Amino acid sequence: MWARTVRLGLRARLGGCRGFTFKVDPQGTGQVTAELIEHLERLALVDFGGREAVARLEKAIAFADRLRGVDTDGVEPMESVLEDRCLYLRSDNVTEGNCAEELLQNSHRVVEEYFVAPPGNISLAKLNEQEPPPRG
Amino acid sequence: MAAPMLRWGCAGRRWAFACVDGGSRHGLGARNDFTLSGMRGQSSLALQPLITAQKPRKGEHEWAAVVGLEIHAQISSNSKLFSGSQVHFAAPPNSLVSFFDASLPGTLPVLNRRCVEAAVMTGLALNCRINKKSLFDRKHYFYADLPAGYQITQQRLPIAVNGSLTYGVCLGKKRRQVITKMVRIKQIQLEQDSGKSLHDDLRSQTLIDLNRAGVGLLEVVMEPDMTCGEEAATAVRELQLILQALGTSQANMAEGQLRVDANVSVHHPGEPFGVRTEVKNLNSARFLAKAIDYEIQRQINELENGGEILNETRSFDSTLGCTVPMRDKEGKQDYRFMPEPNLPPLVLYDAASLPAGADSRQVINIDYIRERLPELPSVTREKLIEQYGMLPEHSFTLLNEAGLLEFFQNVIKETRAEPKVVTSWVLNIFLGYLKQQSLAVSESPITPSALAELLTLLDGKVISSSAAKQVFEELWKSKSKTAAQIVSEKKLELMQDLEALEQLCQAIMEGHPQVVMDLKKGNLKAINKLIGLVRKATLDRADPTVIKKILEEKLSS
Repeated sequence: MWARTVRLGLRARLGGCRGFTFKVDPQGTGQVTAELIEHLERLALVDFGGREAVARLEKAIAFADRLRGVDTDGVEPMESVLEDRCLYLRSDNVTEGNCAEELLQNSHRVVEEYFVAPPGNISLAKLNEQEPPPRG
Repeated sequence: MAAPMLRWGCAGRRWAFACVDGGSRHGLGARNDFTLSGMRGQSSLALQPLITAQKPRKGEHEWAAVVGLEIHAQISSNSKLFSGSQVHFAAPPNSLVSFFDASLPGTLPVLNRRCVEAAVMTGLALNCRINKKSLFDRKHYFYADLPAGYQITQQRLPIAVNGSLTYGVCLGKKRRQVITKMVRIKQIQLEQDSGKSLHDDLRSQTLIDLNRAGVGLLEVVMEPDMTCGEEAATAVRELQLILQALGTSQANMAEGQLRVDANVSVHHPGEPFGVRTEVKNLNSARFLAKAIDYEIQRQINELENGGEILNETRSFDSTLGCTVPMRDKEGKQDYRFMPEPNLPPLVLYDAASLPAGADSRQVINIDYIRERLPELPSVTREKLIEQYGMLPEHSFTLLNEAGLLEFFQNVIKETRAEPKVVTSWVLNIFLGYLKQQSLAVSESPITPSALAELLTLLDGKVISSSAAKQVFEELWKSKSKTAAQIVSEKKLELMQDLEALEQLCQAIMEGHPQVVMDLKKGNLKAINKLIGLVRKATLDRADPTVIKKILEEKLSS
């Protein structure tokens, strides 16, 4: 799962990167720093586990880096594999909803008809403190 | 006083005003030299001379503030942006939620045509360039009211860009003068709204209602062309009026249909823009200007005291009347934008590019929409000025007060009185009574017909102007009586018997020879005393202009 996220981010970066901020390797040494791992873990809520996982990540980056060998000068980047498809437009009618009971069944905890969540976000680095961190 | 005076400028205030280069160095990259229907890469701010309230002492600086806005308007539609669940303000929690809104696996977004049309209409009304191809992206962040873990938005290529919004700021002591200002619209994009969180601090939990999750939003980004809270509030008000006129959003701030975030920074004129802060939680028009002005002053105070401004997000606390930091110092959010893989590019057409034989339900023709745009507020105002000869500031007041324009037009329809009289009565007396009792037009005890009748009586010289005001007061209190009834009950009709009036004037003149002498000596103002005496004698049932005429005739003879 994490590998796919990394690869998608890289593809965007190599493709010309309009507005994407995924900074993988500023030095170009192919090394993934501890800072970056911490950053990724916090962003994507994944647990790299150990050194093995980081090594795998570095190999994946190196593998994807081979794309740089392709000459893409003057080629318009592809934004979506669906670029030739028509985007279907739905009429503005109410056709769904009214299934609160069904949906609430999925929730671990429910209060009246509300889903229950822990207060705010719990930052990975500060699991002991109850600080409300960034709200997107 | 040793410490320098802290002043910053804003049109209409008496402090120093700075001429600011309206560039986008406010964190938005280099300024582009684009054409906006005639305007070439110019600063869009009204260029005003540097005015100082007092002679600048050594070490005293002027400050210029820069305000940009990000406005989210809920699209007025039956169903949500990417799903068929209903859009409605008050409903039992989680009852208006589809499987897609709850982000259940296997569900896919399906774009609502009405939302696209709303975006195109709004873009056209704001003079934007409509992008014939726009793209959808995912903006990732984790929060309980965002079940998918990302919001579908348009970050790379939004549906409309490079527009402008013109608004009028009322200046002067009595706000008589209207100055038009313009703010550039950077872009308009379609995006999803998130659900609602109810924080239960007592039990340390958050209750989530997803009814709002997935509702279509129009995000309107305004460039930092504004300089103070009043300008920002006026621009927002104008946008509200436009959205309501178009029908694309009800833009009711109280119901959360219009949400505004402000980007505020200060700098010395001529120097680069300062560090900006983002102020969120501006949920009412009243607090919008207050919060922005507070933040501007806070930044000035901080910098004058040698501190620095952090690029942070702050929230406006309405009870304390100040802004407080909102997020902790974890650094900038990384939203990991990526193209939305489930949606192809959104392609729009115009009359020229429309493919032949295309299904009309599956294509959107920009020209078709442009031809059918409803009348915009600025046009409505122009028409009022032209048709009724009213002053610009009157047209602004008529449109700014909800329901007032309709009231005014209904009175005009039913009365024989001159439009100028109607304007004056509606804007001064009627509105005055409403404001005094904090009532909305919809709560008015007087109907347009009742006022129309009263003004017709006034126009026909059946009653005097002051009598009319008395009748108005009565109408306001008693809802069942008509103007005519009140007039006859209180015997407020103007004296029609000219002969009797002449006799009365003669009597008054004979009774006050000193005043007559005074007049004949050349003190023309003394006639007012006579008029007053006659009015008293007639129990104010005579028209002062007629009295004056009679007196003047008698005096000259």
